[in-house]
Amino acid sequence: MSSRLVVIAIPFVVIAIFWLMARYEASRRHDPTHKGYFERNGMVLGIAFIALVALWALFLVVLPYLYMVVESFHPTLRPVERGGPKDVLTIAQYQSFFMAPTGDGWNTTHMGAFLFSIIASIAVTALNFAICYPLAFYMAQSGTPQKVRLILLALIVPYWVNEILRAFSLRLLLASKGLINQLLMGSGLTDAPVDFLGINVGLYVGLSYAYLLVMIFPLYNAIESLDKNQIEAARDLGAPWWRIHKDIVIPYAKPGIASGCTMVFMLAAGSLAAPQFLGGPRTLWFTSVIYNFFFQAFNWARGAAYAFLLLAACILFVMLMLRLFKVSLGETIK
Amino acid sequence: MSAGVELDHITVRFGDFTAVDNAALDIKGGEFFSFLGPSGCGKTTILRTVSGFLEPSEGTVRIGGKDMRGIGPNRRPTALIFQNLALFPLMSVAENITYGLRVQGVDKATRMRKADELLQLIALPGQGGKQMSELSGGQKQRVAIARALCVQPQVLLLDEPLSALDLKLRQHMRNELRTIQRMVGITFIYITHDQGEALTMSDRIAVMSDGVIQQVADGKTIYDEPATAFVASFVGENNPFAGTVKEANGSFALLDTRFGKLRGRNPRGLKAGDKAILFVRPESAQLTPGAADTTFTSKVKSVAFEGNMTHVFLEGAGKKDITVTVGRHNGAAIPEQGSVATVSYDAELGLALPEGKMARE
Repeated sequence: MSSRLVVIAIPFVVIAIFWLMARYEASRRHDPTHKGYFERNGMVLGIAFIALVALWALFLVVLPYLYMVVESFHPTLRPVERGGPKDVLTIAQYQSFFMAPTGDGWNTTHMGAFLFSIIASIAVTALNFAICYPLAFYMAQSGTPQKVRLILLALIVPYWVNEILRAFSLRLLLASKGLINQLLMGSGLTDAPVDFLGINVGLYVGLSYAYLLVMIFPLYNAIESLDKNQIEAARDLGAPWWRIHKDIVIPYAKPGIASGCTMVFMLAAGSLAAPQFLGGPRTLWFTSVIYNFFFQAFNWARGAAYAFLLLAACILFVMLMLRLFKVSLGETIK
Repeated sequence: MSAGVELDHITVRFGDFTAVDNAALDIKGGEFFSFLGPSGCGKTTILRTVSGFLEPSEGTVRIGGKDMRGIGPNRRPTALIFQNLALFPLMSVAENITYGLRVQGVDKATRMRKADELLQLIALPGQGGKQMSELSGGQKQRVAIARALCVQPQVLLLDEPLSALDLKLRQHMRNELRTIQRMVGITFIYITHDQGEALTMSDRIAVMSDGVIQQVADGKTIYDEPATAFVASFVGENNPFAGTVKEANGSFALLDTRFGKLRGRNPRGLKAGDKAILFVRPESAQLTPGAADTTFTSKVKSVAFEGNMTHVFLEGAGKKDITVTVGRHNGAAIPEQGSVATVSYDAELGLALPEGKMARE
């Protein structure tokens, strides 16, 4: 029952925060240049705004997640047992991620899938950056407007095709008897077909391609505003091309790079369709594990716990990276 | 160390457009040389060709006698100061100044020493740790100069670097640039559309129009002996009187203009029947009658008192007014607006030149 109490209590906490914010506004009223919130909007509208934002935040953002948080601290129960004496708060679901179900040793399957997802997402992010940076630089600094338009079109139009179709056509391309293998064998480069899907080439390619635009636009935006003269000045002072990128372009575009990389990493780690369609038979993506707990095992508690573990790991990783590259969170959303 | 720059008949084309047409001149080592012309005349193109960002379509650029063909801007002994300065906003003042050395792999201690030296030169001692955003316009200007000097170029190229500054600071920076140039003794090539800058700072000036070099000479010659109608109308104020040469005898020519027959010097050897323009500078004209062939009359449109002098605007032949500038203490009576004034000039100070393109007003 206590969990229900938490759910009920939280909205009041949020309301209290709003009230405190209103009090802060009021406390600054003695400042003659400062117009209070209600002064600016009027009492009725002011209350209406707060109520609308509060409702929206509560019902669409706070409560659903909160429900999931609470759910993740429940034991796995049959529906009839819910709310019964067995329904207590527990960290068993989180423990089960680390401990094998038999009780001795580690839960290597799930931890492995988790680690693989994170590492593969890092790889996808790196690959994506390597592809997008030169392209974004070309589009932002060197390309003529006509060529840039053409490239943009070529980048965007494929996204009109739905994800599943795109994933399966990639599968056809990379399959053992697919076009690429036929070409490789036909030209005599290999004797036997290369198992691209088994070694996860499809997964990497598919994921990188899926989030190409997410990477390219922040990069393009960041590099586009760089004054061309800066590049020429560096060149004039004797810098070779790679130094210009290292010293001038990349430091300048860092917020854009951070923004693109963060989004691609988060999306890749949380993606479901591409890993399922394009991953090799032995590849287990962590979101698939979560999906299965929700929809195959109907074990929402464990699914929720796993989802939060993934979320926490992703946030931690991103924060670490931002810290490492000295970019503030605010800069990435500019 | 300074090196001369030789433009050996260079032509630069962009598609069908010829930005620089057969420019040939020799800039001596250690010279302060200016390219003066209106925007779009090709002066920046010349600068970019010398710095290596552009290759000439025809002709050769030589720096210190060495052919620069195929040598990129990062490997030429030139340093460019950009119109917007193009300082690196994410680097400190000292990092900006010594960036060229960092690229060369010079160690940090040497770089910092060099930065201190240059900060001394540009009168910003001890400010190396500041961020670019903390500096004023004039200080940024000086940092840009120091950054370019740090790589010890043999030729410094300046692309209208003063145009972003306000008038007072601009005049101050002119002196400062000239002083720095004398101190470091390297060749300065300066691009400007501001004749005041060109005249005050330069040893020699090349006046350009539509990609063609009109005249190369020192400032005094450019002002007193313009070679073409363009130079005469672009540098300083000038009153043009278009007409036909009636007779040419000795070093003078008599023109038939809308203001009667007017006489002036004839350095370009105009012959009777040639289309020509007579130029008389506002300060060369007087509001008193003179010889018959150097005197004309016109209606006074307006009078502008400017303190140390007074401009009298008279009705001209076309849209442009005739201006007569009267000094404060020469005792001449200033005519009333609307009256008809008699204007004369010394025939020596009238200059007849072949008809040609004029500078846009």
